[in-house]
Parts: sequence; structure tokens; C-alpha cells
Amino acid sequence: MAVVKLFGAWTSPYFYRVIWALKLKGIPYECIEEDLLNKSPLLLQYNPVHKKIPVLVHDGKPICESTIIPQYIEEIWPQPSLLPSDPYERAMARFWIKFADDKLILLALSPSISKMYRASGEEQEKAVKYILEMLETMEDHGLIGGKKFFGGDKISMVDMAFGAVAHWLGVIEDAAGLKIFEAHKFPRLQSWIQNFKEVPIIKENLTDRDKMFALLKRRREMLLASK
Amino acid sequence: MADELVLLDFWPSPFGMRVRIALAEKGIKHEYREEDLRNKSALLLQMNPVHKKIPVLIHNGKPVCESLIQVQYIDEVWHDQAPLLPSDPYQRAIARFWADFVDKKIYELGRKIWTTKGEEQETGKKEFIECLKLLEGELGDKPYFGGENLGYVDVVLVPFYSWFLAYEKCGNFSIEAECPKLIAWAQRCLQKESVSKSLPDQEKVYGFVLQLKKIFGIE
Repeated sequence: MAVVKLFGAWTSPYFYRVIWALKLKGIPYECIEEDLLNKSPLLLQYNPVHKKIPVLVHDGKPICESTIIPQYIEEIWPQPSLLPSDPYERAMARFWIKFADDKLILLALSPSISKMYRASGEEQEKAVKYILEMLETMEDHGLIGGKKFFGGDKISMVDMAFGAVAHWLGVIEDAAGLKIFEAHKFPRLQSWIQNFKEVPIIKENLTDRDKMFALLKRRREMLLASK
Repeated sequence: MADELVLLDFWPSPFGMRVRIALAEKGIKHEYREEDLRNKSALLLQMNPVHKKIPVLIHNGKPVCESLIQVQYIDEVWHDQAPLLPSDPYQRAIARFWADFVDKKIYELGRKIWTTKGEEQETGKKEFIECLKLLEGELGDKPYFGGENLGYVDVVLVPFYSWFLAYEKCGNFSIEAECPKLIAWAQRCLQKESVSKSLPDQEKVYGFVLQLKKIFGIE
């Protein structure tokens, strides 16, 4: 019987944050794929307040929220560590994790949220501007000093929190016919994306790009046609 | 070496109040500096360049931003006095969940109540009460969210109590009528000096909200 179960959805970068944490620490788990348009009674029972994925169930006890789950994982299975041990460095890491969480809502693929590939015209322009501001902050404040990862030489929870930028953003851009991230304008970010995706666990655990592109394209066409 | 702590804050901010309570609970000496949010100091802009917001906690010259992060930082550095987060990892995850819930819901819904009217305000009020009821459920029969003593969730939530009169007057409803347990909990917290000294008077906050409504042209 699996001690750790993870409820998730293959399109969600929030889900992947937890997968990466579990895999980097070598923790075996059972994955339960949820259909977000038809959520299982079990998921609703484990996360009655938000009714969302990801949910980690450890020895029958549910833990919710993709920023809280990795911290729990870190405390139960401390090695290899994904958060700094120094309280100040940890506060800085949490700051960037919160920033990622707040800003990346626009890249969430849940049908009710993403304005980037769903919308057009003014709504889409606003979403694009918002994303650009986020990228600029990451470039100018998060990655100063030519660090390999947000926390220095090693991958940490901060990098995983920004995973959506490294992989999901590109697919959304293609599906929406947009070009927001231009590598020459964001050299540090570009470096970080490459470093991040080269980490073996990350490389082997990224959602299928073609499958996602096809899904987004279909959804966007449906939404624009229904307007 | 003596620790140097400066808190950049704004008296009606529930986020700032959280930090004040945490520092007071642990008896940590610090300098409090009031910011004029229409004329932010160079220090604030330098210490929080990303968000340019208060509160900012400056510890030996290094800034920590975001109130939940500040409270956790204070709890970790001064871990021997009055611990706020539970020691058990699962209980800690639960505490973080509810703190996150408060952050996601209470401020925005409260804001909806005093800045809108009509149907939008009614929806805001309804959802606000629903959230408070969920919190009452989490509190259960415990004196505090932290159990026998003030804990993380208490510190995160109780500041909003100072805004309740403002919400009630603007929304024309009674929070106590709907959530008596929560009001009892808040008043229990106020028995503690760390809380009573950190929260402004409800009437003062209401006066501030009326001023804001005038400035922003909200009826």
C-alpha cells in the first residue's frame, strides 16, 4: 500500500512542483490523475475548502496547496534539502515562492483562470503586460549576481515554483500566437531556464509539450468561436 | 552583538499588526517607524523594491518582506520564546493552510464590503461570513487556533478584528450575530497585551475607512 498519494492533473505546473520535490528526494508515491471538469469525490473529501489539486495524502492525512506541500515534504524528508537552512535565506526563498505563486495565476491552465490563451484584444494585452512585468522582476531582482539557480548553485523550491515560466509559458505563447519571452531581453532568465531544464529529474518530468499544445489550441478555438 | 530591528509599518495595516503581535509575544525590542503611504520613504523603496509595500522588517540591515514570511522568520530566529508554529510537521502544514486561507480570502472580501454597494457588496458579505464560519469550524472548542496558547493562525487572523466595525458599518450587518464564536475568540486574544497593544481601536479604523472612501470617491 502506498504511503504517499498525490492527486493532480497533467496540465498543472502546481502539480509538477510537488512531483519534482518528491522525485528529487526519491520518495515513492502513487499518482491519481484528476479530471478537473469532473472532480472525484475523494479529492473533494480531501480538499473540501478549495476543491483543487494538487493534494498530497501522507498516511491518510491530506495536505493542500502547492507551496505548503513541498515545505511539508522538506520537513518529513529533509535530504536532499530544497530550502536553505539559514532563516534569512529561507525568508528570501519564501518571498520568491510567494511571488511566483501570486503572479503565475495567469499561466494556470484551469479553464476559468487563464486569460492569455483564452482572451483576445484588450484582455489579452493586459495579461501580456502583467506577464512581462513578472519576467522583468525575476530578471532584475531575482536572478542578480549570475546565479545558476534562484538559490545559488543548487536547485531549490524557488526554481520549482517558477517552473511554469520554464516550460508552460512557451506552450501557451505558441497556442495563443504570442511572443512574450524574448531570450535576448532576458539573458539571466534564459540561462536559468536552460539550467533548470537540464536537471535530470526536471528533464524527465515535464508535461508533454505537444499534447498540451494540442489541448490549448483546441480550447482557444472553442472559446473564440463561442464569442 | 545586539540585534537591530526596524519595522516599517502603517498603523491600520492588518499585515503590519501581525508582525507587531509576533514581536510583542516574544518580547523582542525593535524600532517602529510609521510610513506615509502617499509619500513612501527612500528606505522603504530601497528595502522592498519589488512590491514597495509595508510591513518591512529590517534585521541588522537586511530586509524581510511579506507579513506571513516575517512572522515565520521571527518564529524561527527567536524560537525559544513563545513558539507560534506547532512543532509537528503535519500540524504545521495545517496552520500554514489556514494562514494562507486567511490571506487569500479575508482581506479581499473585507475590501469588497467597504468599497462596493448593491449586489457586489451583498456577495462580498455572504462570502466573508462563509469564510469566517469555516474558520470557526477550524477553531472548534479550542481557546485559540494554536491550542492553549496564541499560535500562527491567531496572529495572522486577529488583526482583521480591528476592521470588523468598519466592515459592519459599511455593509450594514453584524458579524457577531453570524459568528459569535469568532468574536469571543477575538476578544479572548485581546486579553493578551501583545494583541491589545498591537491592534488599533475599531473606531479609529472606521474613521480611517471613512476618510479613504472620501478620497476615492466611494459612497
